[in-house]
Amino acid sequence: MDFLDFLAANRAEILFRTWEHVRLVGVSVLLACLIGVPAGVLLSRSPRLRGPVLGGVNVIQTIPSLALLGFLIPVPWIGGLGTRPAIVALVAYALLPIVKNTYEGIRSADPAARAAGVAMGMTPGQLLRQVEIPLGLGVIMAGVRLATVIGIGVATIAAFIGAGGLGALIFRGVSMVDSRLVLAGAIPAALLALAADRGLGWLEGRLSKWR
Amino acid sequence: MSEPGVSFEAVEVVLGGEPVLSGLDLEIAPGETMVLLGRSGSGKSTTLKLVNALLWPTRGRVLIGGTPTRDLDPIALRRRTGYILQEIGLFPHFTVARNIALVPALLGWDAPAIDRRVDEMLELVGLGTGLRHRLPAELSGGQRQRVGIARALAARPERLLCDEPFGALDPVTRDELQREFRDLADRVRTTRLFVTHDVREALFLADRIAFLSDDGQLAFVGTPEAFRSSAEPRVARFRDAGL
Repeated sequence: MDFLDFLAANRAEILFRTWEHVRLVGVSVLLACLIGVPAGVLLSRSPRLRGPVLGGVNVIQTIPSLALLGFLIPVPWIGGLGTRPAIVALVAYALLPIVKNTYEGIRSADPAARAAGVAMGMTPGQLLRQVEIPLGLGVIMAGVRLATVIGIGVATIAAFIGAGGLGALIFRGVSMVDSRLVLAGAIPAALLALAADRGLGWLEGRLSKWR
Repeated sequence: MSEPGVSFEAVEVVLGGEPVLSGLDLEIAPGETMVLLGRSGSGKSTTLKLVNALLWPTRGRVLIGGTPTRDLDPIALRRRTGYILQEIGLFPHFTVARNIALVPALLGWDAPAIDRRVDEMLELVGLGTGLRHRLPAELSGGQRQRVGIARALAARPERLLCDEPFGALDPVTRDELQREFRDLADRVRTTRLFVTHDVREALFLADRIAFLSDDGQLAFVGTPEAFRSSAEPRVARFRDAGL
């Protein structure tokens, strides 16, 4: 059977797995932003936390993803099998680029602009919202884009613990020695990564106009 | 007692174990232009930062209109105090108009009042209202500092602090802005503290000059004429090297 015919015949499942994949990564990156951006802001305010927190998220990054998913299986609440531990693992991996880039983005804001803002009577919150975050937006969004692209890759492995997604096709293809099935998972994942990077780039452009 | 001048009473500042200012006693009268003159590292900028509570004295008091800065809300105090700095520090992502409107917006002025004020300020500093929607990166250095001056004056501050505002400009633009700044002093009445290391600039702009010697001590206070003829050795050495 021709590869295109194969894709057409399995269209429904490929679309469903793609949707699962998008949902897995989307939820994880959103959660990672909700945790990581405030954490990055906190680091820019508190030099004492910087070493331990950045060290911590760095260490998470070095754990092989298969091992992290394995470690999570016996853990109550956040662990086990299925979608929940997969999201926990994906959030953990997304934290490093988001926390680090938020911190770097805020720190990169023009010191003279910051000094002027303080001297003109801006509160720390106003300075953050009106100056530091808008000026750091490019760097912060680069972190979110990186986290998303990494997440799309790592999420394929989450099928190992039954979280679904495009990895399910890849794993099945490997065990059945069917390279068409592997490609049916791998190609949409690659396209997804490209599309997500583009889409977030577009979002960044919109955000920087709106600020 | 309640007039909005600035007084320093036996002010000492120690930063990171190093004494920066010692025993500073200085009165700045309302509406006066006081130029703080001295070499870099003599504590001039530190003196300015004491006035808008970016720093507090280690010992002694700084009084604004008779109230010690420690008893004032720093945010409110800074919004009533204009600040012009050498690096200018315009917000690169704000238009010229929004930069000028910064403090009025922080104070919650309504939009039409802010718009009118922005136009007034652009006129005042000799920029056309056509620049309203430009970004700072599209302006020349001199235009940027004019916007900086407009921003500092927009909310009708009681005091204006200037930290070497013309130090980074080319000589022609600097002369131009110094002249305009002096004319502005006649039209816009505020108490000014102007920091510089440039003797000519001090003589040109000052009602009175306060000279800080290298050890952070006040070596001279008086009119430009008195400064020209002072025989105090530290004053004479600095003056003659700078003229």
